[in-house]
Amino acid sequence: MEQLDYDVVIVGSGLAGLRTAIEVLRVDSGKFGIRVALISKLYLMRSHSVSAEGGTSAVLYPEEGDSFELYAWDTIKGSDFLADQDAVWKFVHLATQETRLIERWGVPWNRREDGRIEQRWFGGLSFPRATYAQDKTGFFEMRALYDTLLKYDAWDRFDEHFVTSLVLDGNKFVGFNAIDLKTGNMRFFRGKAGVIATGGNGQMYRITSTASSSTGDGYGIAYNAGIPLKDMEFVQFHPTGLVPKGLLITEAARGEGAYLKNADGERFMKKYAPSKMELAPRDIVSRSIMTEIREGRGIKDEATGIQHVWLDMTHLGKERIEQKLPLIREMGLKYLGIDIVNDPMPVRPTTHYEMGGIHTDIDGKVQSLEGPIKGLWAAGETACVSIQGSNRLGSNGTNECLVYGHIVGNDIYNYISNEKPSLPSIPAGKLESEQERIFSGLLGKESNGEDVYQIKDELKDTMEKYVHVYRTEEELKTAVKIVRELKERYKNIRLTDRGLKFNYNLQHALELGFLLDQAEIISLGALMRTESRGAHARLDYPNRDDEHWLKHTLAVKGAEGPSFSYLPVRITMWKPVARVY
Amino acid sequence: MKVRVLRNDGSKQWWQEFSVESSKRATVLDLLLNIRETQDHTLAFRHSCQMGSCGSCGIVINGKPSLACQTRISELKSETIRIEPLYSYPVIKDLVVDLNDFVNKHRSVKPYIIRKNPQELEEAPMEFRVTSAENMSFIQYDYCIMCGLCVAACPTVALDPQFIGPQALAQAYRYIADPRDEGFKERKAELDTSHGVWRCHFAGACSYVCPKGVDPAQAIQLLKREIYKRMFVRGPKVGAPVSVLAKQEKPISNQPKAPPLDFKSGVNQNE
Repeated sequence: MEQLDYDVVIVGSGLAGLRTAIEVLRVDSGKFGIRVALISKLYLMRSHSVSAEGGTSAVLYPEEGDSFELYAWDTIKGSDFLADQDAVWKFVHLATQETRLIERWGVPWNRREDGRIEQRWFGGLSFPRATYAQDKTGFFEMRALYDTLLKYDAWDRFDEHFVTSLVLDGNKFVGFNAIDLKTGNMRFFRGKAGVIATGGNGQMYRITSTASSSTGDGYGIAYNAGIPLKDMEFVQFHPTGLVPKGLLITEAARGEGAYLKNADGERFMKKYAPSKMELAPRDIVSRSIMTEIREGRGIKDEATGIQHVWLDMTHLGKERIEQKLPLIREMGLKYLGIDIVNDPMPVRPTTHYEMGGIHTDIDGKVQSLEGPIKGLWAAGETACVSIQGSNRLGSNGTNECLVYGHIVGNDIYNYISNEKPSLPSIPAGKLESEQERIFSGLLGKESNGEDVYQIKDELKDTMEKYVHVYRTEEELKTAVKIVRELKERYKNIRLTDRGLKFNYNLQHALELGFLLDQAEIISLGALMRTESRGAHARLDYPNRDDEHWLKHTLAVKGAEGPSFSYLPVRITMWKPVARVY
Repeated sequence: MKVRVLRNDGSKQWWQEFSVESSKRATVLDLLLNIRETQDHTLAFRHSCQMGSCGSCGIVINGKPSLACQTRISELKSETIRIEPLYSYPVIKDLVVDLNDFVNKHRSVKPYIIRKNPQELEEAPMEFRVTSAENMSFIQYDYCIMCGLCVAACPTVALDPQFIGPQALAQAYRYIADPRDEGFKERKAELDTSHGVWRCHFAGACSYVCPKGVDPAQAIQLLKREIYKRMFVRGPKVGAPVSVLAKQEKPISNQPKAPPLDFKSGVNQNE
């Protein structure tokens, strides 16, 4: 197997991965000659961050009434008090400089009359602090970061490399095994420092706003290496996914004044969040929509039978829609043949974001149950610091990627420049056993076994049906049972593509393995958490229970599935209070 | 529905026909996914976001370079759909082409903000002030998702592989037109050559196939104008100070677009 050595190996090229790479390179500027490898299973510029639409929150106008306190409070209240408050406090401060820095790197933020950056309302905010570039915020941020990275020389790109496993030596990072999709050969990337920034896992659901690449690879390689996953039961359902697939219709539509209406044409949010209305946080709006549908006030989509509500923008006017929501208009025209200037859009909750993730400390350092993993960091959706708690506010995703790219990049630079670590030695047999697992175990197996896509289909239906916005003990037990059956069947999986070059069949099989483990963790974590908090809403336990459940869930891989333990939330500023909007 | 796919295993290519059910809203990507998941797991094609933002799924559909995820079957109005890998790129497997040359050409035009004082890009106590009108002078070119369709459509690229090509040239203009950028001189050597802007014959195929309205053909013409202008006149540059530009010239996005060409009579109709 080919072996490549770098100072820093970053897996994932979305906002978090790109920002980390840039930070390491710009801070080093050749001083220590740090070399970075950037790995993606896609081409680097194609990561799912491009689909982030609405905004990036930051305190830019304290003179107009915004403040770090207010931003931190919004985030913590939005998280239903599961966020670690010291981490949020650090995060809100750094978001300001990140937003201005990427402006200098080319992001075309929408502007005020005087040329300063414009901001708008988003759900759960007390001040309109969502900074935006039309309704393609994540896209323009990705463009600026990808292009800016091209300025630097001390890095190599590894497009279309699928990382199959993380190699540790005790509590120390060693490297990543990856398949070069173009040749089908395996490569080992050894590094003094490693970063996992591979995004979320929405692809275990049928209706999702996530790209087909969001298959939880980073969670998967960490979990398989014995690292705990934190708070995975908190899956965010974005309220407005476009029927039928669930493509993202940005919260900014409501920020600009769009209405949600049921079959009777009623603005039903007045029943659930009378002061914030459509701009309540995502968990609340998603529950409201599902309640309308469950109580018979949804609309049935003719082609698919999917129940939905309407997102009505017809009162906003063509000019405002063209300037602020051009992508949403394009999507209506291209996918449904409707023009939002004249017609309402059919929407329903869609799986959007994983609040949980790899257990890290406040600086993004990956933690095991015993303590830190030396030389390993995680950033972005993949990491669970936790900034987002049990419910992320809209406009708090892209900036977590930027802020933690900054923090992790600096932390790595300090680690390499201060401690001057040498390249780790590779534990005997680790690379050979991985090659064996992939090539003999999966690719070479001659058996009449299970089909990858059949199992994935059943997984999607199971999660959509039993582990959704509203949850009950009975449904969650059913989900656990089915997922475990699917895991058994997965052991007997068969590939029809036996080739080496661009063997997507093999890639999809490995991704499915990750998704099945995570579906089990999510369902079990949700079953055990006998309360309702943020995005986790139990019909049989409708109230938040701070006495028993003001704590993070940790899931560690055991012989028979995950074993769970719990960790206190760091409450440093505000005691939990009732969450009313 | 019949779908004919030009397959390729790296050493030979052949046409393969699939029958697949289509629905009212189905896209070409939906059909390809259906084929791969239910009929032939070996069919290789790229895709990711499914909403026209990531640029992965560029292929040639009925002779026209297109995004699979944004092409609805109902728009094609044909009984059989013909699918090929993007023209002018080396094919690796089936519909997967090699994008390395494409990526390198993009990098060659220095596609990032350049300032005379580079320190201004390292710390940002305050933003640069830019008006909405100034934003409009370049934002259209910033819509580029790097899908590569324009390069596949370009007749000049097909004849001159050294031509920088419409994607990279449009990106050069995107940064030159940005009021925050001061890098025209650093980019000029790459652009002002016989394989640079002057190689473009203004066929306009790039703009016709662009799924995001970037209009590379126009960007290339504006680059030519910019090079001339700076050669002969100490006139207003497109970059800073932008207040001058805003007074003297119309915002670029208001200028008429090049007329679309009839692409059907264009490249590669023969199977």
